[in-house]
Amino acid sequence: MTEAPTPLWEVFIRPRNGLAHRHVGSLHAADAEMALQSARDIYTRRGEALSIWVVPSSAIVACDPADKGMMLEPTATKIYRHPTFYEVPEEVGNM
Amino acid sequence: MRPSADPINPDRRAAWLIRLGDDALMLGHRLSEWSSRAPTLEEDIALSNLALDLIGQTRAFYQHACKLEGGMRDEDGLAFRRSEHEFRNVQLVEQLNGNFADTIVRHVLFSAFAYPFHRALSRSHDPEVAGIAARAGNEMAYHLRHSGEWLIRLGDGTAESHAKAQAALDMLWPYVDELFASDALDREMAESGFGADPAQVRPAFDSAVERVLSEATLERPPAAPGHRGGRDGVHTEHLGHLLAQMQYLQRAHPGASW
Repeated sequence: MTEAPTPLWEVFIRPRNGLAHRHVGSLHAADAEMALQSARDIYTRRGEALSIWVVPSSAIVACDPADKGMMLEPTATKIYRHPTFYEVPEEVGNM
Repeated sequence: MRPSADPINPDRRAAWLIRLGDDALMLGHRLSEWSSRAPTLEEDIALSNLALDLIGQTRAFYQHACKLEGGMRDEDGLAFRRSEHEFRNVQLVEQLNGNFADTIVRHVLFSAFAYPFHRALSRSHDPEVAGIAARAGNEMAYHLRHSGEWLIRLGDGTAESHAKAQAALDMLWPYVDELFASDALDREMAESGFGADPAQVRPAFDSAVERVLSEATLERPPAAPGHRGGRDGVHTEHLGHLLAQMQYLQRAHPGASW
């Protein structure tokens, strides 16, 4: 007997108000509802989340590591793009 | 707690809370037996979470019961130093894990009872009982959803999963009536405003189970004479084996601690 592989899902949680959802990991689940429940059970055991997203891993479009030179390398060398010339006041908090 | 507002003997309240703790303890222990053995890693963690919820409820009910008793014993004494006939859990929760469908059906049946029951109990005039029940109600809502969604997928899944889910339902259904069979103590607690009457939540159970079973394409088994006796300390053969494992350490090394 052969079984279709259980789909893979990526999990995003938003830990606090004002913060963005952050990728925390992945899991296997048969469908969206079960993926959401598993995400709750696996990634929010200590009350880390206000909100949970699950996304089919197959829906994620990733850049090709072979294109690293063209896609990612040049930006690191353009120092004028880096906002390092002033200090962020502490009251601003998370940026 | 104002004694004048509560004419009942504290020990009877404690005895009633111990029933609720016993239900949660046995089911929690059963679920913990799945740790490292569940069908998938995700479900392994999920079942362990459910087990820990139930052990947490057990501790809360036991601790409050011990306080009402006046401190003659503690929560460990209740869990580890009572014998089979002293436990007052319903027989459903001591049933074997069996296959995954057996565990899921057992959990649907218990949480479809426990969710509305704790909701009702959260209106207790004892603030501590109300607080424990409010938290337990939230937890059992999730238990019902999780096990219910699984049962829908098992019942409406493959021919094999459907057959196993239906067999589990047929096997466990005779234990359902006991959940709602209130006795004099249940009614006394409900009437005094301290407790809640399990018989009152049967309609909520029926509609929740009906919804899950119809989505799962499973047949509700016909009503039949059910098993009874757990509340009087009469248990199936499985409880003794469960206790042998659960209590071994405290029996062999009394007072052992972390």
